[in-house]
Order: sequence, then structure tokens, then C-alpha cells
Amino acid sequence: MPPRKVVTGFLLAAGSLAGSVLVRRRAARKRERVDLYADDGSMHSFAEGTPEADRLLPIAHDLLRA
Amino acid sequence: MDAAQAIDDLKEISPQVRDVVVIGADGAPAGSSLTEEPAVERLADGARRLVEAAEAMRPGVAQLEAATLGGSVFVVRDGDRLIAATTSPEPTVGLVFYDLKTCLRSIDEAPPATKPARRRTTAAQKKAEDAAS
Repeated sequence: MPPRKVVTGFLLAAGSLAGSVLVRRRAARKRERVDLYADDGSMHSFAEGTPEADRLLPIAHDLLRA
Repeated sequence: MDAAQAIDDLKEISPQVRDVVVIGADGAPAGSSLTEEPAVERLADGARRLVEAAEAMRPGVAQLEAATLGGSVFVVRDGDRLIAATTSPEPTVGLVFYDLKTCLRSIDEAPPATKPARRRTTAAQKKAEDAAS
């Protein structure tokens, strides 16, 4: 296979991978979630649908509705 | 700096922040960007409920963000004091936390209980007291 085709194929693969990562990140950001940051610097993230988020998100909705 | 001034500064530097309330160590609101008392109480109460629920799930929570499609609610703790804010959707999380911490720390703590004034005794008064005893 000519080297030019290999490079083109590689660039296409890398581009589509980067694109899918960006799309996934944007989609993840559109989901509701709760992030808890502890004193020790650790962080726990709970997406909607988890028991933790389902307990905290209604309070946030209530505050943002005002 | 007093709470009102600190909140004004926060609102000026952080346009993503909508409403803010500072809750003092006694649990009562110490300042807010909101003007109506029921709205201030509502935000303060919600912030306290968020922290209590978070603490029950993960003890040692220092700060939290509840992100919804309509905006986010941030709560930051500094000792016994809290600051809570609502923001527009998809805020710059790190920046909002930093601005809230800076705001809370810039607010003066409640002044310590005043010590009773020391009794001053002049030399003449002391002589009189010595003579009397």
C-alpha cells in the first residue's frame, strides 16, 4: 500500500476518534448530575438515575425554579 | 469586608452567577443578592438541605455542584459557614467554585465576644483604697 494512503487512513481514523470523544463529552455534559467534592480532594460524580443524584437533584430543581 | 460588598463583587466578576446567599455559622442567612426575605430563606434552606443530604451520603463534603439542564446549584463550605449560588446552564465549574470560595473568605467572621474592659486604677485611687483597708 502506498505510504500516502496509509497516512490518509491514519488521519481519518484519528479524526473520527477525536470527533466521537468530543460528541460523547458534549452529550455527557447535557445530562444532569451531582458532583460532591470532599475535604481530602476526592470527587464523586453521580449521574441522574443514581440514588444519590435522585435525592439531590429535586432540591436543585426546586431552587432553580424560583 | 461585609457580606453585601463581597456579594456585589462576586456578581460583578462572575456573570454566570444568578442568586447568592451566605449562611453564617449560626445557620442564619448573613447576606444575599436576593432582596425578598422569603426568597433568601428558600435558597438558604435549599443549600442546607443539599449539604445535609450530601453529608449523609458522603461524609466530609466540602463543596458540591448539582447540575441540571436549567442551571446549576453550587454550595461551598468554609468551616461552619456556607455560600450557595445558582448559575446559568453549563457554567465554568472551577471558576465558579473559586469565586465562591474567595467571596466567602473575604467576608469578615463574626467579631469575637468582647472582653470586659480592664479596670484602670490611678495611683491616687490606689492610695485611697490602701488607706481604707
